[in-house]
Amino acid sequence: MEEKTVKELKKIVGRDGVLHTPEDLAVYGYDGTFEDSSPDIVVLPETTEQVSRILQLAGRERIPVVTRGMGSGMAGASVPYRGGIVLTMTRMNRIIELDEENGMVLVESGIITAELQAEVEKKGLYYPPDPSSNRQSTIGGNIACNAGGPRCLKYGVTGDYVLGLTVVLPDGRILKTGGKTIKDVVGYDLKSLFTGSEGTLGVITEARLKLIAKPDVIHTASAEFPSLNDASRTVNAILSAGIVPVTLELIDDTAIACIEEAMSLGLPRDVEAMLIIETDGSDKDSVAREIERIGAICKENGARTVTVAKDEDERNNLWKARRSIAPSLARMSPNKLGEDITVPRNAIPEAVRRLKDISARHGLPIAVFGHAGDGNLHPNVLFDLRNPDERATMEKMIAEIFETALDLGGTLSGEHGIGSLKLPFMERAVDAVSLDVQKSIRNLLDPLGIMNPGKALPE
Amino acid sequence: MSQKNDLHKPSENEYLSCIRCGLCLSNCPTYREYLTETASPRGRVALARKGLEGDLKLTPNLYEQMYACFDCLACNEICPVGIRPADLALEMRYFQEQMNPKRWKGTLFSGLLSKPKSMERVTFPLRLYQMLGVRRLVYALGLRLLMPGQLRDMEAMLPHLPQRPLRSVLPEITESHGRSARKVGFFLGCAQSLLFADESAATVRVLARNGCTVITPRDAKCCGMPAMGYGRQDTVLDMARHNIEVFEKSGIEKIITDCATCGSTLKEYGKLLSDDPRWAERAKSFSGRVRDISEFLMEIPIIKPEGAIDARITYHDPCHLRRGQDVRQEPRELIKMINGAEFVEMNEADWCCGSAGSQLITHYGTSLKVLNRKMDNVEGSGADIIASGCPGCQMQLNVGVRRRRSKIRVVHPVLLLDEAYSKKGT
Ligand SMILES: Cc1cc2nc3c(=O)[nH]c(=O)nc-3n(C[C@H](O)[C@H](O)[C@H](O)COP(=O)(O)OP(=O)(O)OC[C@H]3O[C@@H](n4cnc5c(N)ncnc54)[C@H](O)[C@@H]3O)c2cc1C
Ligand code: SF4
Ligand code: SF4
Repeated sequence: MEEKTVKELKKIVGRDGVLHTPEDLAVYGYDGTFEDSSPDIVVLPETTEQVSRILQLAGRERIPVVTRGMGSGMAGASVPYRGGIVLTMTRMNRIIELDEENGMVLVESGIITAELQAEVEKKGLYYPPDPSSNRQSTIGGNIACNAGGPRCLKYGVTGDYVLGLTVVLPDGRILKTGGKTIKDVVGYDLKSLFTGSEGTLGVITEARLKLIAKPDVIHTASAEFPSLNDASRTVNAILSAGIVPVTLELIDDTAIACIEEAMSLGLPRDVEAMLIIETDGSDKDSVAREIERIGAICKENGARTVTVAKDEDERNNLWKARRSIAPSLARMSPNKLGEDITVPRNAIPEAVRRLKDISARHGLPIAVFGHAGDGNLHPNVLFDLRNPDERATMEKMIAEIFETALDLGGTLSGEHGIGSLKLPFMERAVDAVSLDVQKSIRNLLDPLGIMNPGKALPE
Repeated sequence: MSQKNDLHKPSENEYLSCIRCGLCLSNCPTYREYLTETASPRGRVALARKGLEGDLKLTPNLYEQMYACFDCLACNEICPVGIRPADLALEMRYFQEQMNPKRWKGTLFSGLLSKPKSMERVTFPLRLYQMLGVRRLVYALGLRLLMPGQLRDMEAMLPHLPQRPLRSVLPEITESHGRSARKVGFFLGCAQSLLFADESAATVRVLARNGCTVITPRDAKCCGMPAMGYGRQDTVLDMARHNIEVFEKSGIEKIITDCATCGSTLKEYGKLLSDDPRWAERAKSFSGRVRDISEFLMEIPIIKPEGAIDARITYHDPCHLRRGQDVRQEPRELIKMINGAEFVEMNEADWCCGSAGSQLITHYGTSLKVLNRKMDNVEGSGADIIASGCPGCQMQLNVGVRRRRSKIRVVHPVLLLDEAYSKKGT
């Protein structure tokens, strides 16, 4: 990077906001995957105005800009393969306005999601989207990836809570969209355009988010299934009965074995699958009734036992098990690659069956778990990156996993996004006209192609 | 110092399975002040890995990131995969020392600190109290540029100094009050002996009052933590062997310490010496018998003190007690046992105070930022007294109290207990 540019960046954000020692650059090249490629410089803005000036400079000098939250992404979306500026939003982390009366909050985009949640919960309010990474991801990153989580079955994904955004466009203009109203049909819905845009259309600097009242009662049950097929069938049985649980999570035997190996939480090792199901609401009796009905449906569909957590401790233990799946896999094998395909919910049993078949044919284990309620599965292939054969096999398996999803009418990613890792499969997954329109929009907003180049859409 | 070819190098198991999930970031005090990846545990693990694997040069700035770690262990605790970034940062410091030993460290750690007698003779930390001593220490640490106000803060760190180090005053054997139910050893830490002698004297009194005969070996050495912090694991091992031997002689049941840092280091001896066939068993047995004073008191039938302390008391978890030794509830229970004491839990009681041994000297700016966060929480609790069983934390909290011109008293929980014992019931 030219000396002059560095100086100018320092003038915009101050000396403390620019990092460029080799050590700094070495740690801003990765995200939550094993991808890695260092930027030329790291800039940490503190205001929307600064972001605007940085983008103007970048445009003038044709420097690629990769926006970064906390780098927990699972698709290589914030990895700066072409160098340039990594624009890190973590210092823009204030709550600007908590409007209790209207149930909404205006935040800077770099705030940690869990921290926002804790703050609003102090006032009896609730921000439902709950990516498992809520302690290590930012609201900006969540919006840019339209993050989901277990609770999204009932409450919807991040995008469902975005009321308004402030976005700095690639040419430096500051765009404001949406506002304090829940309904708004004036003009195109631009906030939806930026939601899920993976940092390719602009930099989100502020977001106004919808909040709801915190539910008072929660019940959590776990059901043990000797047969994986029965467990996956049950998912649809519950939903078809007109019940909408908060969460409906599936965990298969490979995942259970890894959790138990790593943490010994006392999960059953002689079943093929477990479901974790949660219901909530404000009326104690109706929540209790709902979980009972769910229990009965599980039994009818082949559950060996159904246990409802008696207290907060038991409930936490179940969630601890669920949250520790990914790290437990990492303990058991040098590397894992987690996908997040989504299929229509009636195809879940078939999807699970085919995933297991892929594993059997290629010989590397696949752990299957995920938000089965909305058809979002996380098949994780376990392998060793240092072994070239295993790496090649893994790549073949991933391709087959995607084929399976598309074949069953599903798609590549339910929440992690495309980033760079899933790009090669994009053309098969998205309608050609739709893809063409998307490229035009991108080109319109970013004619110079400086925003997160090489990500999200094929070039 | 070992040969270059048998360097003790961190093994790849210490970083290989880091999945870069980033969970450790939000818990890290240095990350939270700077909000940069470089100041985060995940960043430190990545730097160590790239440095060791040759993808990055092992520059002074790379090692500086290891020294900028406060060793608060929060990342070790939270990492779901079992990576221990805090330990890796220490290992990296040791690795650097082996490649490029610094003379003053040899003098300080293998010379002074390993010989309590000579340390007391040169009154090295005692002089810390005087400007001269502080200056000398600063000079020794190779930092000539102090920030404005830093010297004043460093002075505020120190409590009223005892006339003489406790080590030279405390008898080798303190008989129990009444029938002796058990014989315990007391490991008197350097900082406790030199700076907080009142507290350790209180520890011994409280033990004696609860039926213990207390043996305090005079020839025990420094636990080794300061040397470890400065990358001299080799000296730590010498100290460990010496201390194990000293305590083997006295035929005691448990080894008690009232310093969180000493405790966590003594409990590590077993692990540190596990590869040494001659010492592994002895070290393991030694470490297995070490107890923090609060931990020990809650294990034995403790006598409830009659006297009262009428105050709102809050508690700060020393990192090396809570995470280093998993001692959480015991000090709180001790405080709650005192008549009149109103225990209040502050927010983030387990968040590092920013002391980390000498960070106030070596990383003044960060240390103060971390301290400010702590002080906001302390003041928010409305407490009159803040209890914490670690000399480093107490010094740091003293700085915080004085900077804020607050009246809050900083003490060791055991001192409160001792006061309550010595007051007559009301
Ligand atoms: C252990 C673990 C569990 C996870 N669980 C889930 C889960 O349950 N559900 C889920 O959906 N995801 C999950 N993820 C993936 C990841 O956490 C989410 O994608 C998250 O939203 C990324 O946020 P971040 O702040 O870390 O963004 P980063 O990883 O830094 O960036 C991700 C993308 O967002 C863009 N971006 C970031 N901030 C902005 C901004 N302010 N403006 C414009 N673009 C921006 C970046 O350019 C990049 O394209 C998980 C990840 C891990 C490591
Ligand atoms: S050290 Fe542990 S918590 Fe931190 S990024 Fe690595 S795996 Fe995650
Ligand atoms: S020990 Fe504390 S300061 Fe050091 S990396 Fe871990 S959390 Fe951060």
